[in-house]
Amino acid sequence: MNLKELYQEIILDHGKNPRNLRKTDNFNKDAKGHNPLCGDKVHVYLKLNENKKVEDISFEGEGCAISMASASIMTDLVKGKEEKEVKEIVSDFLKMIKEKDEIKTNLLKDDEKTKLMCLSGVKQYPMRVKCATLSWHTLTSAIDRSQNEINTENMDI
Amino acid sequence: MNINNIKKEFPIFNNKVQNNDLVYLDSANSSQKPQLVIDRIYDFYTKEFSNVGRSVHYLAVAATNLYENTRVLVQKYINAKDANEIVFTKGATEAINLVANTFGQNFLKEGDEILLTELEHHSNYVPWHYLRKLKGVNIKFADVNEKGEVTIESIEKNITNKTKIIAITHLSNVTGAILPIKEITKLAHSKNIPVLIDGCQGAPHLKLDMQDIDCDFYAISCHKMYGPTGLGILYAKKKWLEELPPYQGGGGMIREVKKEGITYGDLPNKYEAGTMATAQVIAFGESINFLNKIGINNIEKHESELIKYGEEILRKNNSVKLIGNPKNKGSVLSFTLDGVHPHDIATILDEDGVAIRAGHHCCQILHDKLGLSATARASLGVYNVKEDLDKLNESLNKCKKIFNT
Repeated sequence: MNLKELYQEIILDHGKNPRNLRKTDNFNKDAKGHNPLCGDKVHVYLKLNENKKVEDISFEGEGCAISMASASIMTDLVKGKEEKEVKEIVSDFLKMIKEKDEIKTNLLKDDEKTKLMCLSGVKQYPMRVKCATLSWHTLTSAIDRSQNEINTENMDI
Repeated sequence: MNINNIKKEFPIFNNKVQNNDLVYLDSANSSQKPQLVIDRIYDFYTKEFSNVGRSVHYLAVAATNLYENTRVLVQKYINAKDANEIVFTKGATEAINLVANTFGQNFLKEGDEILLTELEHHSNYVPWHYLRKLKGVNIKFADVNEKGEVTIESIEKNITNKTKIIAITHLSNVTGAILPIKEITKLAHSKNIPVLIDGCQGAPHLKLDMQDIDCDFYAISCHKMYGPTGLGILYAKKKWLEELPPYQGGGGMIREVKKEGITYGDLPNKYEAGTMATAQVIAFGESINFLNKIGINNIEKHESELIKYGEEILRKNNSVKLIGNPKNKGSVLSFTLDGVHPHDIATILDEDGVAIRAGHHCCQILHDKLGLSATARASLGVYNVKEDLDKLNESLNKCKKIFNT
């Protein structure tokens, strides 16, 4: 195990100064997520335009450096993407955290992939994987409006 | 048995954890086990195993005697009047559920009040919560003050003529506050209200005398008391155990079973339905022997010195904020560290072999009141030494370094 791999500069930066930590005006989709084991909470707000493109995305919440950084990086990367593309990125990210080592999608630039890969360090810390995935599951739920509140205890990862 | 050299009785400390010496500061969650408790489980299964209370063969009789011997050891340890006032359960949680359920059935009706405190662990709130729906009772919470204590005044203020039972913790698993349970019980009894004490954190660290405290119910978690998991104890005054209905039905708790009806067994069988955690009960006898060999006075002295030392070094660390500053404090140090979330603290400390707990510690009501979603908690056991707390502080400084705070 390697703490340096987990707490990379970029994670610490996003954890300390999360981007898009606010509430989108006139959001048209949102969902809440909760990790009851550690008390992490996140509320994701989306504004999709008529072409189903993410015009704005933001989040409110509190949690550890990993969960805040993950939400921050996520909101940065999916802005401007179409709903379908967002889903592809989410599923690629979850796959990366769960099994594969790489981000495969062509929807992200190399430097964006590198940013996401910074979160791969949690794989060595099973208890912390849910911190990294909470905001992503919540984003999916906001898009699908499938569940009112995501609860990480009912999820695989 | 000398407490200053007690670590050697616990085999877990002989092994490295991820290449580190283990600094175990999570005893409020669960304590480590001395070798003689571990050996007792092995020996029982290897040489002496049989079910208890049923058969007449040699092993069954011997196992029954060993099982009942623990009951007597517990009775003496907590100075209960009668061994039949000791009921084995699957945990302190079940002990509290047993009381909430049976007391609720017999004595509670719509509009009655149950008085808890804001310090309670979920296991001393959720079982009572069911009675809101089932019986239409109301639950009140005595306030915690800025020191993290619940005073007798706060209890008194919340007692009304509808209060039917008071259920409070002995020692808070977050702020470490030791509640004046004897005084609270006296006050409650002056108004004819029975008292349940959640002794999960009290029992492993404080001298217990049920006849002196005079409480009606006292719940104990054996795995926090150097004993096996899967075992708890309900102490209840005999009059309650005789009056309350059985909790679970099954084998072992009956006297006579007919198609038309059933009569129940005498105490303590009435509350011990089905095959009990036999090996755990027998091994827990060794936990009591272990505690007796060290002496509870020595344990109280040792741990109170450690807590004072821990508070002292953490106060010197400017980034650390201790949660709660009760006058009577035992066994736990909860804190936050500026700029580092408790979960990140726990992960970084773990890398150094320092095991603490981070989160709400099953006390969401209290954390809401504190305005915190999570805290970090270092909690003590007999085996801890000052060096453990030095190591904690050292690792906290490492957190500050990593997070550049």
